[in-house]
Amino acid sequence: MKKIESGNVAAALGVKLSRVQVVAAYPITPQTPLTEKLSELIEGDELKAEYITVESEHSALAVCIGAASAGARAFTATSANGLLYMSEQVHWAAGARLPLVMCVVNRGVGAPWTVWNDHQDSISQRDAGWIQIYVNDHQEIIDTVIKAFRLAEAVSIPVMVCYDGYYLSHTYMPFDVPDEQIVDSFLPEYQYKHTLDPQNPENLNTVTMPFARPDRDGVTQPGYMDIRHNLHVELGTAIPVFEQIDAAYKEAFGRGGKPIMSDYRCEGAEYIVVAMGSLANRIKDAVDELNDEGVKVGVLSLHLYRPFPRVQIIAALENAKGVIVIEKALSYGNEGALFGDIKAALYPCEKKPFVHNYIIGLGGREIKQADLYDSIKASCTASENFEDVSRWIGLNR
Amino acid sequence: MTNPVNLTAEEFIYPGNRACSGCGLSTLYRIGLKALGRDSIFVVPPSCLTVMQGLYPIAATQIPSLNVTFASTAAAATGVRAALKARGKENIKVVAWAGDGGTSDIGIQSLSAAIERGEDFLYICYDNEAYMNTGVQRSGTTPKGAYTTNTPIKGKIQKNKDLPTIIAAHNPTYVATCSAAYPLDFHNKILKAISLKGMKYIHIHTPCPSGWGMEERLSITVGKMAVNAGLFDLYEVENGKKTLSGPSAKLLKRETLPRIDEYLKAQSRFRMLSEEQVAEIQAEIDAKWEKYRQEMA
Amino acid sequence: MDECKCEIKTSNSKSGPGDAGRTGSWRVERPVIDLSKCTPAKRQKDSCYLCWLYCPDGVISKELEPKIDLEYCKGCGICAQECPTGAITMVEETSLIEEEKKTNEKN
Repeated sequence: MKKIESGNVAAALGVKLSRVQVVAAYPITPQTPLTEKLSELIEGDELKAEYITVESEHSALAVCIGAASAGARAFTATSANGLLYMSEQVHWAAGARLPLVMCVVNRGVGAPWTVWNDHQDSISQRDAGWIQIYVNDHQEIIDTVIKAFRLAEAVSIPVMVCYDGYYLSHTYMPFDVPDEQIVDSFLPEYQYKHTLDPQNPENLNTVTMPFARPDRDGVTQPGYMDIRHNLHVELGTAIPVFEQIDAAYKEAFGRGGKPIMSDYRCEGAEYIVVAMGSLANRIKDAVDELNDEGVKVGVLSLHLYRPFPRVQIIAALENAKGVIVIEKALSYGNEGALFGDIKAALYPCEKKPFVHNYIIGLGGREIKQADLYDSIKASCTASENFEDVSRWIGLNR
Repeated sequence: MTNPVNLTAEEFIYPGNRACSGCGLSTLYRIGLKALGRDSIFVVPPSCLTVMQGLYPIAATQIPSLNVTFASTAAAATGVRAALKARGKENIKVVAWAGDGGTSDIGIQSLSAAIERGEDFLYICYDNEAYMNTGVQRSGTTPKGAYTTNTPIKGKIQKNKDLPTIIAAHNPTYVATCSAAYPLDFHNKILKAISLKGMKYIHIHTPCPSGWGMEERLSITVGKMAVNAGLFDLYEVENGKKTLSGPSAKLLKRETLPRIDEYLKAQSRFRMLSEEQVAEIQAEIDAKWEKYRQEMA
Repeated sequence: MDECKCEIKTSNSKSGPGDAGRTGSWRVERPVIDLSKCTPAKRQKDSCYLCWLYCPDGVISKELEPKIDLEYCKGCGICAQECPTGAITMVEETSLIEEEKKTNEKN
């Protein structure tokens, strides 16, 4: 069924179709309409779920952690400072191996205060051990939310579905709402291995020694580092699992096939622009313009950011002459976040493309088509002496 | 009437755990679990109880428990409750156990909100009057004048928060105070609490030999001194009405109560109190009981 | 729908005694019950049991002649303090160890 709705509503409908059982809600721009929509769906009996209006984002994720541990499918959403406030819980949920799904409606972080879009919020949590997926339009939002629940529950690792604040959350696009019955057959009932259960009592997430230690039966159990290592290793297994789930989704709904990254005019391209989120879609226009001028450039939209799909990135980029990373977040005092990841991935390659970096659109700074066209062209026509630093586009405007 | 003879001999926590020798919480937890039974789920933030319940991979507690971050006890318990409701398993009792630091300081926001939302679980705050698990730092319930490691020379300057009263002002279903010196009172108040719907709060005074500076064997005795001198009162609050319980109710009949000096002298954490400060404490107790006599007798 | 052969490792513990090891080794004194003064023992009837009630570690058995699990008794002395008939005294471990040694040597 086709609808024309906002990105936030698309996400809310995805949550509804996923038959979430516990929703924690706290307002923060630009996520708020998502959880508002969920309250409408729940109070209107369209979604049977507990709706908890918590008093802070830290508690929002706490509610989800409690609910998931006690055997229910849980969801919350946030942005920017809300995500940072719950940061402790973000790390916790990953270490506790809880299959949560959370929408992060990307927004810049304070200080200074901003309500407008960039990726610093979710990027700042990239090391916590969550799966992070960046989507580009409303169809991808609703499809990915549903896939995310199945993925999270398959690998017992929480998933962050990130979409751009305002650009996606508040704009209206047509998208197809998947059929409820087909979603029911695609997404099984909630499964979690260590549900709190008086029939099988366990003490969850307790203090863990630096060393391995025997349990009550004398069997040696891992120490902290081993448990953390396990999270890291199993994050890696999420890549093929995500591909399998996406393939199953495609079979059920006829959409998908490029879960890790989607490419546009990359076939035979000499230069490849890499970006995440709705920005990647915007870059298509500049790519078209440049191709018309004879510049062989394509754009690669990276969806799965964590776990970082190193093998796929290398395969997509190693034969290019140049890679241009345009992004909305950075590691302050160093360089662009995605830029650093891509450079590091290409480092061991015998033949490496150059990698350039552009920081754009922070705090919602307007991204003009000319910005994109000019910077990509500059990189494509750059001399060897083009300094390998992050360039900021659109300052003092 | 519950007494040691008719109280179940079944234990719900294994010995050989990491509680300090003589821990007041240990006794109350042990007896409290006899009232709660195995159809329970506990939510526990960082605190003495976290350690007592066991370090991975051995759990001393036999009840399924969820360890959570410090500020989130009441929120996580909310989530557990919501999940059980969604799964139709509302017969399982949800009990949050947090220390005084985890309740009056870092955890007060989520607890306050849980009560305001009308959640349905039991929250037990065990009050050993400082951040004991991290080595005796002052908390919101540390009494005025007490030595702690971060009030080492002058003693705590501020008066302690009256947590049960603050919580009672939220009008939850049930508020009660208990002491490790009267474990059967705790047992019975738990039974009452779990029979009620809504938010229930029980504040328990748990003497801490390690942190209060007294011999381990005096844990219960010192706890009794606090109650019998009228410093820590056992009561219940329901529908806005406060009723003194057992050992505290008996004190209403007395014209004067035992002086608080014995209680203070028994603990080295009060060694820095001046005579004026002791007199101040006594005066406050006396004034409080004068008020009780007028309102309750 | 099991696409993942994950071997999840989490810090979830199953219950058992002795998380802190043999906490009996913490003791400096051990409680000794004089059954001639112990109320349930004397009366051969379920009564008192205050030592069992107050024991923080639950190492005193609730029976007519209460026994103490010395494997885990931490020697806090609360039982001795609270016993209404003074039936329990705290005896220094070192003296008992000497006695036990002598008994073993005799045998």
